[in-house]
Amino acid sequence: MTPPERTPLSARRQSVVVWPLAGLAALLVLNAVINPSFLKITLLDGHLYGVPVDILVQGSRTLLVALGMTLVIATGGIDLSVGSVVAIAGGVCAVLLQAGHGLGLTLGAALATGLAAGAINGVLVARFGLQPIVATLILMVAGRGVAQLVVDGQVVLIASPSFDFLANGFLAGLPVAPLWVGACYLATHLLVRRTALGLLVEAVGDNERASHFAGLAATRIKAMAYVFCGACASLAGILTAANVRAADAYRAGENMELDAIFAVVVGGTALSGGRFLILGTAVGALLIQTLTTTLYNLGVPPAIAPVPKAALILGVAFLQSERVNPWLTGLLRRRKEPA
Amino acid sequence: MEPALLELRGVGKRFPGVVALDGVDFSVRRGEVHALLGENGAGKSTLIKVLTGVHPADTGDFHLEGRRIRPRSPREAEELGISTVYQEVNLVPSLSVAENITLGRQPGWAGLLHWRAIRDRARRALARLDLECDVDAELGSLSVAHQQMVAIARALDTSARLLVLDEPTASLDEREVAELFKVMRKLRADGFGIVFVTHFLDQVYAVTDRMTVLRNGRLVGTYVTSELPRLALVGRMLGREISASDFAPHAAPPMETAGRTPLLSARQLGRRGVIGPLDLELQAGEVTGLGGLLGSGRTETARVLFGIDPADTGDIHVRGEPVRLRSPRDAVRLGLAFCSEDRKAEGILPNLSVRENLVLALQGKRGAFRPLARAEQEQLCAHYIQALQIKTADIETPIKNLSGGNQQKVLLARWLATQPEIILLDEPTRGIDIGAKQEIEGLIARLREQGLAVLFISSEIDEVVRTCSRVLVLRDRRLSGHAAGSGLSVENLMRLMAGTHDTP
Repeated sequence: MTPPERTPLSARRQSVVVWPLAGLAALLVLNAVINPSFLKITLLDGHLYGVPVDILVQGSRTLLVALGMTLVIATGGIDLSVGSVVAIAGGVCAVLLQAGHGLGLTLGAALATGLAAGAINGVLVARFGLQPIVATLILMVAGRGVAQLVVDGQVVLIASPSFDFLANGFLAGLPVAPLWVGACYLATHLLVRRTALGLLVEAVGDNERASHFAGLAATRIKAMAYVFCGACASLAGILTAANVRAADAYRAGENMELDAIFAVVVGGTALSGGRFLILGTAVGALLIQTLTTTLYNLGVPPAIAPVPKAALILGVAFLQSERVNPWLTGLLRRRKEPA
Repeated sequence: MEPALLELRGVGKRFPGVVALDGVDFSVRRGEVHALLGENGAGKSTLIKVLTGVHPADTGDFHLEGRRIRPRSPREAEELGISTVYQEVNLVPSLSVAENITLGRQPGWAGLLHWRAIRDRARRALARLDLECDVDAELGSLSVAHQQMVAIARALDTSARLLVLDEPTASLDEREVAELFKVMRKLRADGFGIVFVTHFLDQVYAVTDRMTVLRNGRLVGTYVTSELPRLALVGRMLGREISASDFAPHAAPPMETAGRTPLLSARQLGRRGVIGPLDLELQAGEVTGLGGLLGSGRTETARVLFGIDPADTGDIHVRGEPVRLRSPRDAVRLGLAFCSEDRKAEGILPNLSVRENLVLALQGKRGAFRPLARAEQEQLCAHYIQALQIKTADIETPIKNLSGGNQQKVLLARWLATQPEIILLDEPTRGIDIGAKQEIEGLIARLREQGLAVLFISSEIDEVVRTCSRVLVLRDRRLSGHAAGSGLSVENLMRLMAGTHDTP
């Protein structure tokens, strides 16, 4: 047998990421044309500033939530409760900090909240076989109430410089939030690709029954994906609370599940489960944040902003579709080499 | 001579990198059952897909009743009078029989359904096949055989003149096959042309009038069934003359088992409503057959032994130790392996690569945090691709792109990679071509020589007799007897299956 090649797989994987990357690039170029100072990055007091930096900082939350969502979607599930988990985790942070507890305890408690929420989802879906949409909808709705209970119906302000640093600080001139979110991506990538976790998740997502029959702990693998997703959502909750220096149980994490799902799908992971692409999710999340920022800069009213967003997602989805893509590449090829 | 019902001339079809059909001629007469034969990859499926409008042909003329046709979609083909029943029943299990028969062409008005007309029409369609069946029953609650009949009824509900049956018998037991043949003979007498795709040579000789053999996308020839001997047919299909030794028994005589601890034994194993209490022993270095008609409890027994379904009664011992199997995971850890009969639903991970499919069970056994290095995975794949003659473009090809026989071999490799001591094979040769069948039978013989205990389930009695050294026969979910040594013959097994001990 000839030595097995590695190129085909990576080529296939890349081709899916190419489209959202192209979309991201096109959006950046469009912005630069409309407003030449868009891509400008300035050094102020030894810190980097500029719209691209803003996009990274503002996009960090979506990046985090989408990271967890990627694994859940890869198992063939979905987690609608992430927005509520963001609100609960933020509330926990605010209340504990206000009561004078230390940063370590606060962050630990917030993370534990996320793990617990994920565990509830995981048990409902994997152990009791509830449909993921229904199971996580329960916590999505109930979670908002829990968040209100945590902050006692108030918007709790946070005055902790070290907590604030997590979202708004700079490390060696670089914004700190994208740094540690990037570290989360790297750690997750290593966790799933250097161990067999990634394969097991993709196996369960592609054919759960066959995976179970092959001796995989399919139930546990599925449940762990939700726990991981809950953890990511609680980290995003910490980031959100630190970013606005307050916990708003009502608004924090609102519609975040949708942005995260969009990011995952745009990034090339199919909602039907199976193959997942962590890098693709990162590109997808940045694409959505860039669009949001662009629309804001263009003065599009926030109420109308979802329309162009939807158009973009539709466009990328089209490009990735197995039916449209071959046709399009065929069209491009024909143009290049007229017969 | 009467003009043919269907006449195809010079049909060609290319897929990227493959010539699937190369100038194939094919004709079917009225009132004829015409077998379409060939190994996997011969072009049978492509010819049928071209004929039924799933894929457009690149070249060729199509004539139906002298009229030139070119179906561009299955629906168009259906309207022209070409109806197809696929191997895997292509119906909706959660809908009723009547809904399935009329789906897409329900009588009604402005989107409202005329339920009485739907039921009447379904009843009439079933009556044409002399089939008794509750039209309100959920399709999924029916046996595969009956689902198949419903699919045929659905195909005939249109103004069909040509019926294409694509491996309809793959999952039927012998009694059900006989029922299907009765229906086919009736339709033949009514003047239908029937194209019959099958891997079972017995069935070809039992029911067809003529046959067309394809190999590597080309026409080998069309023959009158009664004029081409079986051995010659196999030779044409394989493209080589077959020697008698190809079908020589692989099986060794049963070993002296007294005093030896079986690798696996079950006593009074039962699961209410599924299998009756039964005793079973699997010895190292022996292939034990589990025979019986479809629905006799063969698969169900294997599932209990592998921890998929819990047993209500009895106990299982592995290597003499009592064990409790709560999931396949427990069974795998004890050195068991189970190849399911339902390759698609319970075997392959369709979108993952050959490599990932192959290493899955071993990786699952090792756990997530002891990953197999990429080089080890590639080595495993190279080894099994060579040992089992798996045909795949490369190891990163999604397994769904492989033919059924090659998928099956990857699944066997998945289990062999875990180095099991006990392997349960449920219909490992179902729906795959003769060449692959022989290879798998040969593989089973090798596993036996290596000292594995093999449980072999098959609907093909010949195969069971060839492969096994002892056979347990189930009937109506109970053990009806066993055969070994000189008692191991087709006649004897059939008698055990049917439950008649006196000669008819």
